[in-house]
Amino acid sequence: MADTNMTSGSGFMDGMRRFFDGDIWYSFTRSPVTMVAAAITFLYFFMAAFGPLVAPHDPFDLASITLLDASLPPAWMEYGDPRFLLGTDIQGRDVLSAIIYGSRVSLLIGFASVILSLILGVGLGLISGFVGGAIDAFIMRVAEIQLSFPSILIALLINGVLRGVIELQNQADLAYAVLILSIGLSNWVQYARTVRGSTMVERNKEYVQAAHVIGIRPVLIMWRHILPNVLGPVLVIATIQLALAIIAEATLSFLGVGLPPTEPSLGTLIRVGNDYLFSGEWWITIFPGAALAILVLAVNLLGDWLRDALNPKLR
Amino acid sequence: MRKTLLAAAAAAAVLGAFGASSADAKTFKWAFQGDAQSLDPYSLSETFTLSLQGNIYEGLIRMDPDLQIEPSLAESWEIVEPTRWRFKLRQGVKFHNGNDFNADDVLFSAERVRKDGSDLKGRLAGVVDVLKVDDYTVDFVTEVPVPTLVNEWGTWYIMDKEWSEANGAEDPTDVTAGKENFSTRNANGTGPFMIQSRETDVKTVLVPYEGWWDAANKEHNLTEVIFTPIGSDSTRVAALLSGEIDMMYPVPVQDMNRLENDPNTEVLGGPELRTIFLGMDQERDELLHSSVKGKNPFKDVRVREAFYRAIDVELIQKKVMRGLSTPSALMISPLLFKYSDEFKRLEPDAKLAKELLAEAGYPDGFEITLDCPNNRYVNDEAICQAVVAMLARIGVKVNLLAQPKAQYFAKILAPKRDTSFYLLGWTPSSFDSWNVMFNIIGTPDLESGRGKFNNGGYSNARFDELTDLVLSETDQDKRNEYIREAYQILHDERGYIPLHQQALAWGKRSNISLVQRADNQFMLNYVKVD
Amino acid sequence: MVAFILRRLIQSLFVMFFVALVSFSMFRFVGDPVNQMVGIETSIAEREALRERLGLNDPFMVQFGRYIGKAATGEFGISYQHKRPVAEMLVERMPATLELALVSAVFSLLLGVPMGVYAGLNRDGFISKVLLSVSLVGISLPTFLIGILLIFFFSVQLNLLPSFGRGGLIDIGLWKTGLLTIDGWKSLIMPSITLGLFQLTLIMRLVRSEMLEVLRTDYIKFARARGLTNRAVHFGHALKNTLVPVITITGLQLGSIIAFAIITETVFQWPGMGQMFLQAVTTVDIPIMAAYLMLIAFFFVVINLIVDLLYYVVDPRLRVDTGKASGHG
Repeated sequence: MADTNMTSGSGFMDGMRRFFDGDIWYSFTRSPVTMVAAAITFLYFFMAAFGPLVAPHDPFDLASITLLDASLPPAWMEYGDPRFLLGTDIQGRDVLSAIIYGSRVSLLIGFASVILSLILGVGLGLISGFVGGAIDAFIMRVAEIQLSFPSILIALLINGVLRGVIELQNQADLAYAVLILSIGLSNWVQYARTVRGSTMVERNKEYVQAAHVIGIRPVLIMWRHILPNVLGPVLVIATIQLALAIIAEATLSFLGVGLPPTEPSLGTLIRVGNDYLFSGEWWITIFPGAALAILVLAVNLLGDWLRDALNPKLR
Repeated sequence: MRKTLLAAAAAAAVLGAFGASSADAKTFKWAFQGDAQSLDPYSLSETFTLSLQGNIYEGLIRMDPDLQIEPSLAESWEIVEPTRWRFKLRQGVKFHNGNDFNADDVLFSAERVRKDGSDLKGRLAGVVDVLKVDDYTVDFVTEVPVPTLVNEWGTWYIMDKEWSEANGAEDPTDVTAGKENFSTRNANGTGPFMIQSRETDVKTVLVPYEGWWDAANKEHNLTEVIFTPIGSDSTRVAALLSGEIDMMYPVPVQDMNRLENDPNTEVLGGPELRTIFLGMDQERDELLHSSVKGKNPFKDVRVREAFYRAIDVELIQKKVMRGLSTPSALMISPLLFKYSDEFKRLEPDAKLAKELLAEAGYPDGFEITLDCPNNRYVNDEAICQAVVAMLARIGVKVNLLAQPKAQYFAKILAPKRDTSFYLLGWTPSSFDSWNVMFNIIGTPDLESGRGKFNNGGYSNARFDELTDLVLSETDQDKRNEYIREAYQILHDERGYIPLHQQALAWGKRSNISLVQRADNQFMLNYVKVD
Repeated sequence: MVAFILRRLIQSLFVMFFVALVSFSMFRFVGDPVNQMVGIETSIAEREALRERLGLNDPFMVQFGRYIGKAATGEFGISYQHKRPVAEMLVERMPATLELALVSAVFSLLLGVPMGVYAGLNRDGFISKVLLSVSLVGISLPTFLIGILLIFFFSVQLNLLPSFGRGGLIDIGLWKTGLLTIDGWKSLIMPSITLGLFQLTLIMRLVRSEMLEVLRTDYIKFARARGLTNRAVHFGHALKNTLVPVITITGLQLGSIIAFAIITETVFQWPGMGQMFLQAVTTVDIPIMAAYLMLIAFFFVVINLIVDLLYYVVDPRLRVDTGKASGHG
């Protein structure tokens, strides 16, 4: 058994190695836009990981927030306060800190929901493509039904049901889980379809047939031989889905079914600040909005580059 | 050639759209955040719905701009016996379709408003009989003396019997029947304006009724009124600023300055009658949503006072409400109670609050959930957030559960009353303390309906006794004394934490003049366009 | 062919049923409609009686069965809030949404296709890269933010375009159109840009990658070998081939546009179905919510069905292998 684990591990590593081989690295170094995007993404990840250490204030510590500091403009403007670089919101919360914490929340939800849909989609895609027959037909029908609706509507529906199922008073605690589930469950189809297609192609190749003949279990075949080959496109989808998931979270929060304002994501910050845009307190909305746009843009650029770099035809 | 044709067509179209913009035509366009639910005057007892209908329909009495009762369709009335009121109806009044107004219409309306499906049954609460004396005299017989009988009749509108019967609208709209009622989109009142067209939630066009009986008091100079509901706050503000509309309300408090600083727009502010307050569950032996188990901390007056003193309402007024609120020590607007000045809010004092908590046995505070609506009152969610932060300073960790009103009310109101700590607002529809005492503060009792909205179950026997005395007492001074005593009891027991009366805020273009009523009803009759 | 259509039809019915079931089970959790239907002073007993009369106390499956039964005969009940037949209200609102969706689809096609062609032909050109990056900015901004920013600049600051509503409408029979007045078109500009931006990016990128793919094919190589001009090759051969998937995707996206209009309609106070739906959600107007979701499901089902049938007609391979290959891509 130990042997199996090792080989399956190296099968995965093979995939990764192929993935990061010379060509791709070369294409990365030749694209300044991509490098900037990568740097920005890295910065966001860093902020997300070390948010509490980086942020000048703790926006979750309600005892330290006072209405006396409410609605201060950014530090460089008249009436600005040097303690609050990007100003404060109407509750007196430091906008910069709120953005740092908010990005952390947005990224967390984005990642978690992407991982959820990835596992679900890849798993179902593999099964569907490998097993075929009635199971395949069923999975693909469900996928088609789901694909025919915009994911935001599906996420809204799932969100509504989950919120009802979960006891109301626990909602505040479970808001994360609800969001991750609703976004994750609404986005698995693309993975499944891609993986299924590749699997069907790989399945009929000789090496898989051979593995089959010498009696390797189907699960192992899938894991060691098929999965590494479909990893590239899956990674591309995952990157683009990350951007979409972050936007989906923001939209849900904007519609008021996302995170509560006491634990704001970037979307919640925009929703709350939106009411103050016309009244001159633009910084409450514009900064989180810009933070969101830049993050999504950077991730999108990475995904774009990755897709082109991994597509041998386009090289 | 084609170009000119196109331009001509366009010009014609534009003229079509603004065809009425000749010299003396005055079109007035205004917006509110929602639409009236129906034109059927008995379908919903809600301020805006009744307010819009109030330009088309009229009641036996009406409220003047200062909210004083004055005669309308009834010329005069007298209490002939303690339980019998006699109304002399105005003669020569015609409905919009030309029908005469007479006693039959009053009788018909009295019957219709009490049928199933009507939401205004309470307007005739206590009335056992309505009798026609002659064509222009009607008697209302009550079971017991009801000194406040006509207080809410300003919004009990009289419908035309013949019209209703001819159009199958004898009964109020009943959703369960699955059919539309003719009166939902059509109206035939006696008021100064008539419905010209109506698209629910999109546009309603009104035109003046030339045959209005009260032409002598016609204050407006309008030829057409276009009402559009605009839900989004920022869109509504933008539309007023750009001149697409002439008037709108409510103005979001944060946009006050912007409208005031623009030379073309103005904000009309005034005190509103609604009081916003915090309620605490003082009934259950263990709170539903708290870290304290086995007992209810709110049963201890020290805890209630600690909460009261932790909250700095003036700071909320300044920062969250931008000055558009009046901090309140009472559960009723000072406009509606003579001795309001005698009551003062407890001074906010975080240190004292912390001591009180410690005395009560909670030196490290505790955890509790605050229920809050997020689309009902002015800045409701922001107020709750501020409260959460203020309570954090005395060691109480508050989990905020802010929800849209649909879910919010279902959760906190009876029968569920699934809350430990909540924010609510109340306007006494009869403009009187009894309404507040009975509905909000009285001991909850399903049978009589007392304490229907007392979600925390505050209870004091003497208070209930005073409430009953207030109902039947006709001597105003004595009545006020009872009310004063009752409010003092509530204040001493810290039964509720009153926060403030939010302010009315209407935005208008500078060339418009109008009258703002404290009950937030908008009367088109007072609108002038210059 | 008949079997294929039949299978598709049955599948479509199943989808509709599924949507109805899911949305119906959701409604039980969005709040209590009764509290939204009566004034605040209505007594608890009266509220309870109304709840009973509306059948809200019946078991879930009973309510659902009753609804499906009525919906099958085309009866969607009357709105709890507006007390009017829901079907009629939807029909009234439909022109607004459809006009907005169509104009923004046309807008994104008219701009997206040329931009995509350009970016495909000049793969490494500077402008192509700028186009690609800028279009990414477009989809990186959430729809609601784009709308609000547009209003802020063009209505409030510059006072050029109306910030809400549909402007001058002309009644042509059952359909109230804003397409016949200047005012109506001015009102359409910002909402359709807001709604179409995402599709624009999508179409541009799709055209670009299709062009790149097609330009590599032997078919194009042979065309070049035949000595045709670049122009003829690009537009006569390459573009023509890319347009099939583009039109398919746009068709499929039309459903998405209609559904996504919820957000745009809310921001611009556009009196369409989406706005009505969102309002119904806040007031728990179950008949409207249910009918809207069913209608959207119906749109999708029909669009998908048409696309599938077209594919079936166009692509002979599908006729043999409908089960295995995925229906559409």
